[in-house]
Amino acid sequence: MAFLELKNVSKSFDGHSVLSNVNLSIAEGEFVAIVGYSGQGKTTLISLIAGLTKPDSGEVTLEGKVVSGPGPDRGLVFQNYSLLPWLTVYENIALAVDQVFADWDAAKRQAHVEKYIAMVKLSHAKDRLPKQLSGGMRQRVSVARTLAIQPRILLLDEPLGALDALTRATLQDEIGGICQSEGKTVILITNSVDEALLLADRIIPLTIGPGATLGESVPVNLARPRDRAGLNHDPEFKRLRALVTNQLLGFNAARQTSITRKLILPNILPENLDAPRVNRPPRRIGEEKDETLTVA
Amino acid sequence: MNKFKFDWLILPIIGVVIVLLTWHGLAGRKVFKLTDTVTKEDLSALVIALPEGAAQWNAVAAQLKNKQIEAATATSLPPAVWTAVKDSYEEIRVGPIPDLPNVAETWISSLPYMKEPFAKRGEMDQGILRFTWYSLVLVSKGYAIALLIGVPIGFFLGLSPTFTKMFDPLIQVLRPVSPLAWLPLGLILFMRAGPEAGTYAALFTIALCGMWPTVLNTAVGVRAVPQDYLNVGRVLKLSRWKMLTKILIPATLPYMFTGFRLSLGICWLAIVAAEMLTGRPGAGGFLWQEYNALIYEHIIFSILVIGVVGLILDRLMSLIEARFKAIS
Repeated sequence: MAFLELKNVSKSFDGHSVLSNVNLSIAEGEFVAIVGYSGQGKTTLISLIAGLTKPDSGEVTLEGKVVSGPGPDRGLVFQNYSLLPWLTVYENIALAVDQVFADWDAAKRQAHVEKYIAMVKLSHAKDRLPKQLSGGMRQRVSVARTLAIQPRILLLDEPLGALDALTRATLQDEIGGICQSEGKTVILITNSVDEALLLADRIIPLTIGPGATLGESVPVNLARPRDRAGLNHDPEFKRLRALVTNQLLGFNAARQTSITRKLILPNILPENLDAPRVNRPPRRIGEEKDETLTVA
Repeated sequence: MNKFKFDWLILPIIGVVIVLLTWHGLAGRKVFKLTDTVTKEDLSALVIALPEGAAQWNAVAAQLKNKQIEAATATSLPPAVWTAVKDSYEEIRVGPIPDLPNVAETWISSLPYMKEPFAKRGEMDQGILRFTWYSLVLVSKGYAIALLIGVPIGFFLGLSPTFTKMFDPLIQVLRPVSPLAWLPLGLILFMRAGPEAGTYAALFTIALCGMWPTVLNTAVGVRAVPQDYLNVGRVLKLSRWKMLTKILIPATLPYMFTGFRLSLGICWLAIVAAEMLTGRPGAGGFLWQEYNALIYEHIIFSILVIGVVGLILDRLMSLIEARFKAIS
């Protein structure tokens, strides 16, 4: 039986179908990337799995149990970090840990929080407020907060979307490393094929809406640990990237509208702006004569 | 630095000077006017009758010959001369608005109240800071009631669309009602409360008028809590109480403090009305009683004091507000 399963899940907002007949099955310990265009329901999909929204039809099951609402067994890393701005790094993570591990004693909880702050290399900044952190640091806090509650499955909703390219690369490596060592089941939502190829065991493209659904999944059999620089020359990497990219482009091409109306171009030529300004009629293509240009 | 001083020091001073000049131009002043029955001859007879009067007559005739004499000129005459002729003159006020006290009169008349700000000469004759203190005590009680009632109502409005639909129209109707209109109702409500009825009515008015900004800002703040913060709480399965204390209240605080600041301003507005109508000692009560006592200088003085205290309260609140705004 699959670890996480989506069966014929559909969701629409105000009569607009966003997702229809989504089927997904993920094994324990698997790292799956879902790649798609912006605004095509990626966040809706992750919200359904997280239980923040309910599907119109179909069901989401985790370890055989139907998901009926949000819970700490599915750790969600939000696209915009969602750190509480009035709490420090430590307090943000402690809020989650104190809630989920309420039966632990205080010292154990504190050590647990410290451990995860150290894991994302923010021990020096643990007493800072989120506004005193860079975007990359904030997202690391968010990842630490989610990992600290030890979810059964980690849901990453475009976690690096708002970061600059360099920070993004660093964090990709960090997240990849952490997920690898923790052996977590992960669903990563992204719009970057490279990011998906770098991190995931399997890539599933999301088709274009209305009524988007999941396309055919592409297994990524690249050896781990994956080296960013080396991958660029790996022929398998290039093949997979082309495959996924073409699939995504294909979705878009299918949607493109074609022009059926015959366009009639105007029968005039550009004005010669160097000529003296006099009231003259536009030059017609039909009246075009040879012009002699004298070059000084 | 020059620019700084010009903007923040010199320009406001220019503004104040313009207003003072306008005030001075409009205000009346005290003059002595020769009564109709007295002629110049009567006047000179009075002066010459004095010892050495003949010698002084020529010197003072220049000032006395007019039908009117400025108050300042009169007091600069030799006392014996002025005493002799005083009864021939009557005191009148002249100017574009004769009864409006001028700047100097207001200053001189108010000085005793500022020199001994905590003096207590009688129930309605006390130093101005003592009066202000009475008003502040009453306002802070009313303000506390306003916040205690206003914040929960604001949270209900922000959290429940049903509650909003039920009560929002009512709030919009009651919100613009003046403190002057609420006070008589308060007096009726607490009519049987004994000697403290006036105090209760005043508190009722202050609290009722002052709570609306807190109610509305809290409601707006609760609605503006980002969905992401709530999602964090939902994923963690926070209890309702924890959701309120850990997420909703901290996220709403900046809005709440804007409401608190505006509420304090309105409570301070309401105090004058409340004190006037109940006749309590205080900054507003003093104003009304001096109007009844025809000491118009003190009305202007009270207005200025009420304004300055209101400004100080507002500044203090915005300092606190800024601290909360800085966090989020």
